[in-house]
Amino acid sequence: MVDAILTQSITQTFRKRRLIAFGVPAAILVYLTYIFFTFDLPGLAQRARLDNAAILLSDFWSHKTHVTRDNASGVVTVAIEGERKGTYAEGTHPDWVTRDGDVTRVDLGDGHLVTYDAAGARYVVPGYGTIDIRPVDGKLALIAPTPVPDWISVSDNRIAVTTDHGRFNYTRSKVETFRYQAGWELFFFTLDSPFHGKGPLELAAMVLGGERVDPARSNFAAMVSDVWTNKMWRHGDVVWALFETVLMAFLGTMGAALIALPLGFLAASNFAPFRAVRFAFSRVFDFVRGVDGLIWTIILSRAFGPGPMTGALAILITDTGSFGKTFAEALENIDDKQVEGIRSTGANGLQRARFGVIPQVTPVLMSQVLYNLESNTRSATVIGAIVGGGIGLLLTQAIITQKDWEEVAYYIVLIVLMVMMMDSFSGWLRRKLIKG
Amino acid sequence: MVELILGPQPGQRPDLSNPQEAYLHMVRRKRVYGGIILVVFVALMASGFQIAEHRNAGSFLDGLAQLDDFPAEVLHEGWANRANVPALFVEFLPSLLETVNIAAVSTLVGCIFGAVLALLSTRGLARWPSLVMVFRRISDALRAIPEVVIALVLVFILGGGPVPAVIAIGLHTMGAMGKLFSEVAENADLKPVEGLTSVGATWGQKMWLGILPQVAPNWLSYALLRFEINVRASAILGFVGEGGIGHDLKLAMQWGQGSYDQVVAIFILLFMTIFLIDQLSGHYRNRLVKGH
Repeated sequence: MVDAILTQSITQTFRKRRLIAFGVPAAILVYLTYIFFTFDLPGLAQRARLDNAAILLSDFWSHKTHVTRDNASGVVTVAIEGERKGTYAEGTHPDWVTRDGDVTRVDLGDGHLVTYDAAGARYVVPGYGTIDIRPVDGKLALIAPTPVPDWISVSDNRIAVTTDHGRFNYTRSKVETFRYQAGWELFFFTLDSPFHGKGPLELAAMVLGGERVDPARSNFAAMVSDVWTNKMWRHGDVVWALFETVLMAFLGTMGAALIALPLGFLAASNFAPFRAVRFAFSRVFDFVRGVDGLIWTIILSRAFGPGPMTGALAILITDTGSFGKTFAEALENIDDKQVEGIRSTGANGLQRARFGVIPQVTPVLMSQVLYNLESNTRSATVIGAIVGGGIGLLLTQAIITQKDWEEVAYYIVLIVLMVMMMDSFSGWLRRKLIKG
Repeated sequence: MVELILGPQPGQRPDLSNPQEAYLHMVRRKRVYGGIILVVFVALMASGFQIAEHRNAGSFLDGLAQLDDFPAEVLHEGWANRANVPALFVEFLPSLLETVNIAAVSTLVGCIFGAVLALLSTRGLARWPSLVMVFRRISDALRAIPEVVIALVLVFILGGGPVPAVIAIGLHTMGAMGKLFSEVAENADLKPVEGLTSVGATWGQKMWLGILPQVAPNWLSYALLRFEINVRASAILGFVGEGGIGHDLKLAMQWGQGSYDQVVAIFILLFMTIFLIDQLSGHYRNRLVKGH
């Protein structure tokens, strides 16, 4: 009799388990299938721009130099990334560009040679031949070995050549050659700096005993100032932006902790003077957390305008909600014996809180605050993008232009380093403060 | 005993011939340290607020005065057009669903991959014990990159839509779970694993049958908490990048006056969703951890 019941219950449990073991994966699979079609994954392959990915990856670690001739005026400019702030001054150019009157030669390396002259332009590709372009009656005439391969695109108004050594574009108004080189060019000194193009040893020699480039200040001060005000990479602005981001996280987290601590007492069941007070405050915390950082950020940025203060306040309000809840929970879990001991000495409420309660909850609160400080450094990047402050703003701006990918890569590296540093700093502080 | 409590150096040990003096000395020193930390902290906060104030476009006090302007304006217009709001709820429901779906898929996929990463980076359980540190660094790196960075870069490559957000949040979830799950798995009992080893189980079978049943309640609880976080993240990513209710909110904000009834509808939807998900997941997490 007993055995029959036992057998039945065991069989039932097994049946239930088997159902879960197959049911859960099946449910996940069904859900993922649904997502596969709602998120239009089959169409993703068409929308994906792999050429964009190639541009992005090559820009991350390399830079390109534009050699451009204006066909109307015949003026040749050499500019890094084609930007005005990276333009070589008149009469100067990198050593792979040679100029001789009207003739400009661009050496792309390994025998790839581009020549601009009065007749038009020529590109010598080793193993293929010479691509010769001349404007004839307002149209472009191409002379090249046939059949013309698909890396040369030809239309009436534009001829473009892409090889693994560079890109070449001929239109009626101008002719351009792009040469790709590894590295982030002008990272320390821009072209107008007297220190551009000098090696580390030369620079060290100039710092230690060279003649002053600028008589008003030492070479070292001049170098620091040139790097700080670098127009291409804007190191000064970037450092300020990083600092603003950390500042937002710090002010927001600490401010929230300072506000939430007294309020946490009012929301804890063993400290609140009335049940109604406790109920009201815990609902306030629920509300603040429920409204969500995004909505707070929007409301605050309307009132305070763009900048780090707005971001700090947004973090402060959001975190006050989550701190209020965890602090109240920590206060509810304290040991009453210590409070009684303090009470027996005739201490009033404030003294009991200071000497009986705070020492007990400090480790819990500290670790929570430090954990949030670290995670808020990350949030401050996103919030910065919304309120317009800090590294988040620089990052979104650089991404929106869709061409300064080397700057995007630079910012990503800095953000990751910043988050990792805050992570280890808060971990270090936690160990110091909590273990004593 | 004294050495154990107060440290080995005789110079730092209080003179016990006069216990009262020694105690007061210790208290005084603690107060001085506490005071110094407090002063440094207050100075940091004050100067920090000053710098933030200086670099902000609007000043703090002016902003405080006009803090309720925008909500008042929005609520006023929303109240005037309150008849539209139910219809707007229906209109925005698909994008709300998209936001929640982004969070759900990225939590699901992130947790599955995060679980594998966690097991690979737990001492005693790892498939390749010499690579434990490598897998830990991988999950550190995945956690360190903010979601918005990955999402914005992927929007450029993959075009708009929810997929960039899913990948961005999923990668972050994978890193976070790699750490949290691994902390749980470290405390798992190894006896079932030994039993399975003795019958010749493969690594996958040992993890699936020996470890997973032990850690499942805690892992599920962490996964639910992560889902709450990811719903918020997905709304924010929509606002910065593309897709979901965050994007609709941005468009409605850009229209400005005249479309504040939409803003109100989105705010209410977002608030209710987040509140509901928080409550539900809190309820189930309590049940999972406390077992009732």
